[in-house]
Amino acid sequence: MKVGVVTFPGSLDDHDAARAIELAGGEAVHLWHGTADLQGVDAVVLPGGFSYGDYLRAGAIARFAPVMDALIPAAKGGLPVLGICNGFQVLCESHLLPGALVRNDHQKFICRDQKLRIERINTAWTGDFAQDEEITIVLKNGEGGYMADERTLDLLEAEGRVVARYLGGNPNGSRREIAGISNEAGNVVGLMPHPEHCVEPGFGPGLEGLPFFTSVLRQVVSA
Amino acid sequence: MGTVVVDVMPKQEILDPQGQAVVGALRRLNLSQFTDVRQGKRFTLEVAGDVTDEVLAAAREAAETLLSNPVIEDVVSVRDADAAAAGQEDAS
Repeated sequence: MKVGVVTFPGSLDDHDAARAIELAGGEAVHLWHGTADLQGVDAVVLPGGFSYGDYLRAGAIARFAPVMDALIPAAKGGLPVLGICNGFQVLCESHLLPGALVRNDHQKFICRDQKLRIERINTAWTGDFAQDEEITIVLKNGEGGYMADERTLDLLEAEGRVVARYLGGNPNGSRREIAGISNEAGNVVGLMPHPEHCVEPGFGPGLEGLPFFTSVLRQVVSA
Repeated sequence: MGTVVVDVMPKQEILDPQGQAVVGALRRLNLSQFTDVRQGKRFTLEVAGDVTDEVLAAAREAAETLLSNPVIEDVVSVRDADAAAAGQEDAS
């Protein structure tokens, strides 16, 4: 099973994401931002970092990179895509997910272990979790405040598209403590915390990030 | 050579942490009569010729597709820089 990881100028966590995919049992394929070619991968991770230095708005320039010309229609066609942190911002700027991410309400960069509740498990990336399972993974962001209008938030809640919610206090001012959302079909997921840093003993708070990557491999096998 | 000016501001209902940081700094400078600050962006787009209606239309498209994110920002104005003194044209 091949899972692509896109590298934009300024991506930081592309190698960690590739490592997580390999540890989960998949084959990681590095995709380049400047090439509109997904190399036949079965799923794609948009990694964390600061693509294009967060110039203009986080994710705003990356959204128009050539690789996105291939990725956006593929995602609309059902390809599993996980956007982590900056990748989540790129998915919102691409309108594959609703809303936007803005600077943390307390104005500081945050880096800590964060407790989450997984609220939607019928997505390509969360099938290996139990409904409402509580996990702790790394959170590190400067612009992690999830914003959308009330109508959109109500729609996300009504359709059960909130994938993960912050527990133990809102770390960045996200509306309704939202840490991650999905599209209607559940193949596209955006997540502000970093599961790829929590896949190997001795690194990070535990191994509770690994199910995101095993889930998509299982999904790809059964599809 | 002409110039189009595009102004983008964070939406009123979106918390603007940068503006909050600025208003806090103003208070420390004893400029506390300013009760709120919101920080936006100004873009100047240069064209080789005059700023025609077509140029303004293209600038409006640029403003709405790339320069702003309608979820969190409003395009406040798109106008010919030279015409600015004569009166602003609303983006709407």
